[in-house]
Amino acid sequence: MRDVFIKTLLEMAKEDPSIILVTGDLGFGVFNEFRKVLPNQFLNAGVAEQNMTGLATGMALEGFKVFTYSIANFPILRCLEQVRNDACYHQANVNIVAIGGGFSYGSLGFSHHATEDIAIMRSLPEISVFAPGDLWETQEITRLLPGIKGTCYFRLDKSDAGWTNRDGEKLEIGKAREVRTGQDFTLISTGGILGDVLRAAERLSSEKINCRVLSVHTLKPLDRAAMTRAARETGGILTIEEHTISGGLGGAVAEICLEEGALPRRFYRMGLRDAFSTIVGSQEYLRTQYQMDVTAIVAKTLELSGS
Amino acid sequence: MDTRQLAKRIRIDTLKMTSMGSTAHIGSIFSMADLMAVLYGKIMNVDPKQPQKPDRDRFILSKGHAGGGLYAVLAELGFFPLEKLNTHYRDGSDLSGHVTHKGNPGIEFSTGSLGHGLSVAVGMAYAAKKTGGTHKVYCLLSDGECDEGSVWEAILFAAHHQLDNLVAVIDYNKIQSLDFVRTTLALEPFADKWSSFGWAAREVDGHDHCAIEQSLRDVPLVGAGKPSCIIAHTIKGKGVSFMENTVLWHYRTAKGEEFDAALKELEDNA
Repeated sequence: MRDVFIKTLLEMAKEDPSIILVTGDLGFGVFNEFRKVLPNQFLNAGVAEQNMTGLATGMALEGFKVFTYSIANFPILRCLEQVRNDACYHQANVNIVAIGGGFSYGSLGFSHHATEDIAIMRSLPEISVFAPGDLWETQEITRLLPGIKGTCYFRLDKSDAGWTNRDGEKLEIGKAREVRTGQDFTLISTGGILGDVLRAAERLSSEKINCRVLSVHTLKPLDRAAMTRAARETGGILTIEEHTISGGLGGAVAEICLEEGALPRRFYRMGLRDAFSTIVGSQEYLRTQYQMDVTAIVAKTLELSGS
Repeated sequence: MDTRQLAKRIRIDTLKMTSMGSTAHIGSIFSMADLMAVLYGKIMNVDPKQPQKPDRDRFILSKGHAGGGLYAVLAELGFFPLEKLNTHYRDGSDLSGHVTHKGNPGIEFSTGSLGHGLSVAVGMAYAAKKTGGTHKVYCLLSDGECDEGSVWEAILFAAHHQLDNLVAVIDYNKIQSLDFVRTTLALEPFADKWSSFGWAAREVDGHDHCAIEQSLRDVPLVGAGKPSCIIAHTIKGKGVSFMENTVLWHYRTAKGEEFDAALKELEDNA
């Protein structure tokens, strides 16, 4: 996702000199091409996320389209008040890019696991929140970010589901993508774990359970219609997120279903259950440890659908 | 413009405005009133008829708790009607205790939590360098605010990028929320800290209009290449004898006899 993001941003920035990429001293080797081609549109703000976010806001208020970049929690939690008071309150065109959603940096330890970011970011006013599931969503959202009013949070992930787009498909902000059609059960995910979800859906089809798979690339605003249809049209909903279940995707889907009076027959939020990820390992290993891998998705769906 | 008269109006306006609310920060407004009067009356290129004109100088009040002082000077200059000041702190008002830009022409940036303004000013100054803008960016900070680490992040960045179009003005009134600065987290040697971080720093009497004006006209203080810091030695509560240099008048609101006595002192003062 990171490479698609930076390649797409470089194409955009060549055409639009008001696009500025600001890093908090992270992305070793990642920006070589960008820096070489557009040195005047690249800035390393140093290891100073509060100042990075404030200065990004100042530049945005002067007409620049600013992308801030760092790992996991650093560009949002370290400087949460700058995100809230400076960028969001002023509806500044600041696009916060965090590489390392969920367990992407699994081996580096809990400080580098982004497992509450979606909940915290989606609670802020005047911000749009994105977590693409595949490379196509990554590319398309990158292209759209500078044109979205206000501040954006863009959560990138080391894993991805490849290119799942159909010919001629057009990505719409705020619309979940139905990556797989099905009526028996609905699997709703956000982020790169979509790959595992699609693999689980394949396995379930051999068990005669035909799953609908929704990729929620836009967490805020969330697609109310797709969530209520899933509740009404299928046998239940399983949400999957590499994130805490408190205030994340699953909670957001539940809120919508209740408010719309569309009660799913069965419902479960798969994710971290009020816990720090204290062990380390690869993203794949940690998904297994915290019971959100392909096997866990298959087992939970079978259990919920009564098979 | 007679900046002494403007400073007097700021103090009288804000005494009246803050008497309607609580946790008023009147001492913090009075200490910076002369700085505001000189900046808005003599130095900055701003126009109430075109509050968004591109070549205007930018001003950020980072010590947002003294927002009343900014509202007052903008109203005195005609950015919005003076009567609006009467709504300060009232139900449904745009004029919150801490400064907000929403609904208030002439305000570049909303603050209230300390340590935010300088980074945003740095971003505006950096943007001006990129686009060839010739305006300056002014940021007024409090002394207690310099406890915030984010201020020092911004100081590092501004010097590294040689933002000589950026001016930090410190309202150094020596008192913070609960106590004197020197007994809370001492800042001295304060000017040396800014200098050693690569800024051109100068200390002035923050109530001497001529000295304030001269130092602001001298910006950039050492020629091109360095951001400027003007450390203005001020007196908290300046202008009302019983408010001056007391911790109490950081938060206290003047009501009844205290209000009458304060108003009389300010009005009698030439």
